[in-house]
Amino acid sequence: MGRYVFKLPDVGEGTAEAEIVAWHVKLGDHIAEDQNLVDVMTDKATVEMTSPVSGKVIALHGEPGQMAPVGAPLVELEVEGAGNMAGKAAPVAKAETPKPAAPETKPETRPAAKPTEPVRNETPRAAAFATRSADTKPLASPAVRQRAEELGIQLQFVPGSGPAGRIDHADLDAYVASGGKASVARASGHAQRDGVDEVKVIGLRRKIAEKMQDTKRRIPHYAYIDEIDMTELESLRAHLNATRRAEQPKLNVLPFLMRALVKVLPDYPQINARFDDEAGVVHRHAAVHIGIATQTANGLLVPVVKHAEARDIWDSAREVARVSTAARENKAGKDDLSGSTITITSLGALGGVATTPVINHPEVAIIGPNAIIERPVVRDGAIVVRKMMNLSSSFDHRVVDGYDAAEFIQKIKALLEHPAMLFMD
Amino acid sequence: MPEPIHTKVLVVGGGPGGYVAAIRAGQLGLDTTLVESDRVGGTCLIRGCIPSKAIIHVAEEFETMVHAGGKGRHGISLSGAPKVDFAETVRWKETVVDKLNNGVSALLKRAKVRVIPGWAKFSDAKTCTVGDTTITAEHVILANGSLPVELPFLKFGGNVISSTEALSLDTLPKKLVVVGAGYIGLELGIAFRKLGSDVTVVEALDRILPLYDAALTAPVAKWLEKNGVALHLGAKAKGLSKDGKSLAVETKDGKTAEFPADKILVTVGRKPNTEGWGLEKMAVDMSGRFVKVDDQCRTSMKNVWAVGDLVGEPMLEHKAATQGEMVAEIIAGHKRRFNPASIPAVCFTEPEIVSAGLLPNDEAAKGDNVITAMFPFSANGRALSMDASEGFVRVLARKDDHRILGIQAVGAHVSELSAEFSLALEMGALLEDIAGTIHVHPTLSEAFHESALRALGHAIHI
Repeated sequence: MGRYVFKLPDVGEGTAEAEIVAWHVKLGDHIAEDQNLVDVMTDKATVEMTSPVSGKVIALHGEPGQMAPVGAPLVELEVEGAGNMAGKAAPVAKAETPKPAAPETKPETRPAAKPTEPVRNETPRAAAFATRSADTKPLASPAVRQRAEELGIQLQFVPGSGPAGRIDHADLDAYVASGGKASVARASGHAQRDGVDEVKVIGLRRKIAEKMQDTKRRIPHYAYIDEIDMTELESLRAHLNATRRAEQPKLNVLPFLMRALVKVLPDYPQINARFDDEAGVVHRHAAVHIGIATQTANGLLVPVVKHAEARDIWDSAREVARVSTAARENKAGKDDLSGSTITITSLGALGGVATTPVINHPEVAIIGPNAIIERPVVRDGAIVVRKMMNLSSSFDHRVVDGYDAAEFIQKIKALLEHPAMLFMD
Repeated sequence: MPEPIHTKVLVVGGGPGGYVAAIRAGQLGLDTTLVESDRVGGTCLIRGCIPSKAIIHVAEEFETMVHAGGKGRHGISLSGAPKVDFAETVRWKETVVDKLNNGVSALLKRAKVRVIPGWAKFSDAKTCTVGDTTITAEHVILANGSLPVELPFLKFGGNVISSTEALSLDTLPKKLVVVGAGYIGLELGIAFRKLGSDVTVVEALDRILPLYDAALTAPVAKWLEKNGVALHLGAKAKGLSKDGKSLAVETKDGKTAEFPADKILVTVGRKPNTEGWGLEKMAVDMSGRFVKVDDQCRTSMKNVWAVGDLVGEPMLEHKAATQGEMVAEIIAGHKRRFNPASIPAVCFTEPEIVSAGLLPNDEAAKGDNVITAMFPFSANGRALSMDASEGFVRVLARKDDHRILGIQAVGAHVSELSAEFSLALEMGALLEDIAGTIHVHPTLSEAFHESALRALGHAIHI
């Protein structure tokens, strides 16, 4: 028997470290070759690490949420043959192997700097807790009541495991240990909820949190919102969808908006840009790589439609569908998730009246179409029903002046209101 | 001018609220000063609970002998009728009071409490004078107690007496009229009846002991009737007759009557002692006639505390003492709160009444989630062996989870059952807990056990 140490490989693009997102194996597991060991995340790509060998897991290094440098041992396996380590299973590994009865809890291997363990909402000891209405005095002996007083706990909210919901010392202990979790039916019949779940901000959520914080700290945002009459564009879109060929994708508003962007942006190179504020350089891009803000099960991702300027309306629609599906299915590659020069954030049917979107740093602009709604508007002195949409946008005021941004949006508006212009050079 | 005193804790009143607070504060190492104008011990010890129980005890003994002296009872007979020298009875009572008073003084001394005799008069919330001495304090515990209520048309003096004087008479009144059929009036009225006085009780309400339900008070009413105590319910005392030898009364049917009396004992309640000592200068909020306090006995003035009869009903020694102890501990930095499951109460009438927790006439006991079960002493061996078959133990419990809500008893010697009743309530006992506790045979306490069994639907002895 030998020992095989699986180290965090270079997951590409010069990453120096990756975050452990989720373990798929635990101590003592017998795993097969190519079995998924662990998910790690770099930048915005989550990568599944599979085992190059089969064997038995004898040590795991790191907790979800921890950063591991490239080359750091992640998993140690006991394998047939010699393994990749000189010597047999190291005594260290043995010492670190906790009791097999409780493989999930590894107090010995817990790094000292680990963040606080989230409060576990264990099933309360007082499973038989009879609901206590607000006007019913909790049943407890004087000693228990005095201890509760000293602890500053109102017994009304403590589940009692005794007959008739009587609260004993152990119930009080359990309540304290649970951080004050209880379910109390009030006179209203609605249970009061207590207790706080601590959720570690790790993985993608941490990335989002860091990025949003960084973005908001760096960029002086301003928002600009105007309304756009989408009646004609909607009519064109309905026609195109009705007459499209089988291989052509169904069109939503996005490809049209993308077309409008690529037509207007050459006149506003400062908007299709990435601002390296540390170097003090704005990189104005000729290509238009449009980030598409996408909600996934884990949180927000921004896959990128590359070279939108070179795509027609159908191709744009197809590419939006491809990259956003890849992101939702957690299959987007690093390339699909980086390099955007401007971003569109659309909530689709949830569009709302207006939004103040957060710029996708280091970009300098973000465009957010809101919901299309039939509204009465005045045309030629008469009230008519038109399909109206607000277009929200945010800009980086350091490099985009308000006047330019307004003009930019007005040009987009003109194109969308006269959709034939989208297709003319 | 004597040196002014500055103290950490100033306790005003040496009754059970005050002296317990002072002893506890002293035990906790707080510099404590107690001001009391009388001997320490308060109403309870000097002119209330203790002396009345001494008189009641003597009355019981005497009654037993009266029975033996008549036709004889239980095989005991006396050759002549027994005699009582009431002045001697009162002297004996005083020895009991002295013993307890000395005991309290010794306890205060041991706790290093500075006792200042005199009457404290406050000039502001933290400053008072006792004679020439000025006392300032960080914390003030008001334990000024209560006083008998005086009827404006029947002022105390002469033959119109309060419970205080009734306990120190030098001769037995031949004819005693008691105004007020609360527990004090009935306890004393019954005792004097046993000692041989002719007793008439006048009560404005149409029932005796209005705090309790009719079933609980019925054995007392029955005793009064059987023993020739004239009970006038719904009757209003109007004042002394012209010759001062009778009480003028308007009876229930509106007629005027005069009840001849050597002494007229007025027991129409007690009022908090809020006057004449500068309470109005302390800027504390009131709640009706009582000093307003929260569940830690804090008044509205910072570091001024109030306990006992001064802060509300029930005006009972054990409530005052519990509050006094608690306040001392809170001042010493402990976390305490006054939240008893019950404040049990006892009437030393004949027979005795004890009540802890909910009564059937309480609003919370109404509705269909309450079981009430009663076990009569007529089915209890110990009661029968004491020739005391009158009365019962009654338990109220929740129907759904069987938690005990209230326990009452009426009968001879049931006051001693109060401890088990209140313990059951404090510990949150269910009917099953009492049913599962072996009660000694033969004792009166078996009736509690049986009442719990009966509430569960399976009493053995009935």
